[in-house]
Amino acid sequence: MVPEALAPAAPQFEDREQRRAAATLGMWVFLATEVLFFGVLFGGYAVIRLLNYDAFVVGSHHTDVVLGTLNTAVLLTSSLTMALAVRGASLGQRRATTGWLVLTLLLGLAFLGIKAVEYHQEYQNAVVPVLAFDYQGPHARGVLLFFYLYFVMTGLHALHLIIGVAVVGVMVVRNRRGDFGPEYHIPVELTGLYWHFVDVVWIFLYPLFYLVARV
Amino acid sequence: MSTVGAAPGPSYIGVSYTLRSWLTTHDHKRIGLLYVASITFFFFIAAVAAAIMRLELVTPAGDLLEADTYNKLFTVHGVVMVWFFLIPSIPATFGNFLLPLMIGARDVAFPRLNLASWYVYSLGGLFVIITLIAGGVDTGWTFYTPYTTMFSNTHVVAAISGVFIVGFSSIFTGLNFIVTIHCMRAPGLSWFRLPLFVWAQYATSLVMVLATPVLAMTLGLVAIERLLQVGIFDPALGGDPLLFQHLFWFYSHPAVYIMVLPAMGVVSEVIACFARRPVFGYRFMVYSLLGIAVVVFTVLGHHMFVGCQSMYSGMVFSLLSFLVAIPSSIKVFNWTATLYRGSVSFEAPMLYALGFIALFMMGGITGIWLAALAADVHLTDTYFVVAHFHYIMVGGAVMAYFSAIHFWWPKITGRLYPEAWARFAAVVMFVGFNLTFFPQYVAGFLGMPRRYHAYPPEYEVLNILSSAGAAVLAVAYVLPLIYLGWSLLRGPLAGRNPWAATGLEWQTASPPPRENFSHPPRVNGPPYAYETERGDGP
Repeated sequence: MVPEALAPAAPQFEDREQRRAAATLGMWVFLATEVLFFGVLFGGYAVIRLLNYDAFVVGSHHTDVVLGTLNTAVLLTSSLTMALAVRGASLGQRRATTGWLVLTLLLGLAFLGIKAVEYHQEYQNAVVPVLAFDYQGPHARGVLLFFYLYFVMTGLHALHLIIGVAVVGVMVVRNRRGDFGPEYHIPVELTGLYWHFVDVVWIFLYPLFYLVARV
Repeated sequence: MSTVGAAPGPSYIGVSYTLRSWLTTHDHKRIGLLYVASITFFFFIAAVAAAIMRLELVTPAGDLLEADTYNKLFTVHGVVMVWFFLIPSIPATFGNFLLPLMIGARDVAFPRLNLASWYVYSLGGLFVIITLIAGGVDTGWTFYTPYTTMFSNTHVVAAISGVFIVGFSSIFTGLNFIVTIHCMRAPGLSWFRLPLFVWAQYATSLVMVLATPVLAMTLGLVAIERLLQVGIFDPALGGDPLLFQHLFWFYSHPAVYIMVLPAMGVVSEVIACFARRPVFGYRFMVYSLLGIAVVVFTVLGHHMFVGCQSMYSGMVFSLLSFLVAIPSSIKVFNWTATLYRGSVSFEAPMLYALGFIALFMMGGITGIWLAALAADVHLTDTYFVVAHFHYIMVGGAVMAYFSAIHFWWPKITGRLYPEAWARFAAVVMFVGFNLTFFPQYVAGFLGMPRRYHAYPPEYEVLNILSSAGAAVLAVAYVLPLIYLGWSLLRGPLAGRNPWAATGLEWQTASPPPRENFSHPPRVNGPPYAYETERGDGP
């Protein structure tokens, strides 16, 4: 047995308000680190695109702009349903919250499904570096780098979304169990923050990969 | 300045003696000690690598080691010293132990995350050990591309994985400290009543949280590039090696301040205590800590003065690098001014702290030389650079680490250490350090390049001096292990506050109980309420 003084739930906080402040600030700091994680990739993208602009135009025209745009709409809608879930939780509307959370989860899954379809198309078109890359046109090396960045960046984004979907799933269970109410719903709020962050990353990825010289 | 009742019950050590209670603890004090054990282990691994290199360099010919082995040794030395000793040295040990005590909290904000950080650190360490056993890595601690992505035949990916993983432990620590300092301060402990050690941890944590993700992602990309042979850093693949260097130094220059900012915090506490005076210019000390934390993110280009960066960005980075000298000099000036008219006494922590100031100044001034464009063309990649950053990292950070060990030893263990031995070790360390690294300034200035196992005979005398110094330094590092070990078992009991120091950590028992304070402390005044004997306090 672990002695009581060492038990896991060390009561380090004075009160609920302090706990809430700490959790919220912790989430924001975490998101700051995430910005810098993605920042490396955006910085790398900027440099490589400056060096290979023509290749990026070619590469961008090999992405499926229809599916990309559809996915953007799906993800933006999911941010709306997430915001409504947080509002529901803060008002203590348990059933409504569950509904919005489930809808968010489904939209997240829809995004991942569409993304999988896109990846499959790109595999068939042989523009997947290492696995299947058979693009022979002009600027072949730059196009390779374009798709390398495309898969690394959208892949990392998809990974974040998978984690987000899992966390929203946990929130659905916890909400149905009655963990949250007007007094205590920080986990839902923080899940919302994370979800919106992942959404914002996509808002940058979308024009950088789908819309280069396409307008 | 505050009121704290008696602390009944067992100390944090006496709560339980089982191994399991240590490995599953959420107590910030115990986690601090877990880190002490781990970083001491890695310190000696890296120190042995350095010792073998110094042995090789006693003679100009490469007679002890193959060139390849030498390359692996300096890589191991750099990787382990930087990421497994210096980065966590003061924050993860004394920061963990002292931060909640100094702000009157029961623990850090996220104790489980805190324990997780130690496990993540250990996992990273495991990768490094695997790398070593498998045969090492020879890229240098900087992992420059395209050597890492294309040419090296050693275990680059394993080493990179270790550094990648250990980065998360510093992100966890930094995040935890920021939130703890914001949210967990005792009633009455406003921002400008915080001890400077806490401010230093705050500035350090900001740098940790903002810089480390960049390193992690960059090294991740290097690993992908090496494994898949497609990527953005290797010119043969269409990438840009300068991009790697910018991203690497975006972390690794600020990393120097992850090592030195906490050291500055330690020195501020120690100088105030042993001069019996409040730190001179407290607010300037705070602003200079924060100023350093900001400016260091803008100086990365001074590592690429000769690395095909444009001349104009070189000029801008040179100017920005000079700027770091301003907050650094404010600190040295204020420490000196704190001593002025103080009742100075020279206990071991104070000797180490004064050593820090002297060596940090030497390292800082030579840093100005290196930040000057024209001088750097001559000095870059010579032993001058090696001497410069060792004055900051070993002369600065490690001296302060030893100062902290001695200053807070009575608080952590509840026992006093033998003062005479400690002073002796402090002096030996200062002498040994200078004997090791001052000749390297000279050798570098005369043009001796770094990272070679053999060298022209005209540098022989300087290298013999340096190696002799390393032997003295080794004695200075082993001595504390012996007398502190003795103190742990036989040292006289310390009592709450053997130094008559201010600060909340001195108002609870030594060693402190699990929950730190029996009553939550209240703070009614500024820190460092020392009164000098002349009565000319604040």
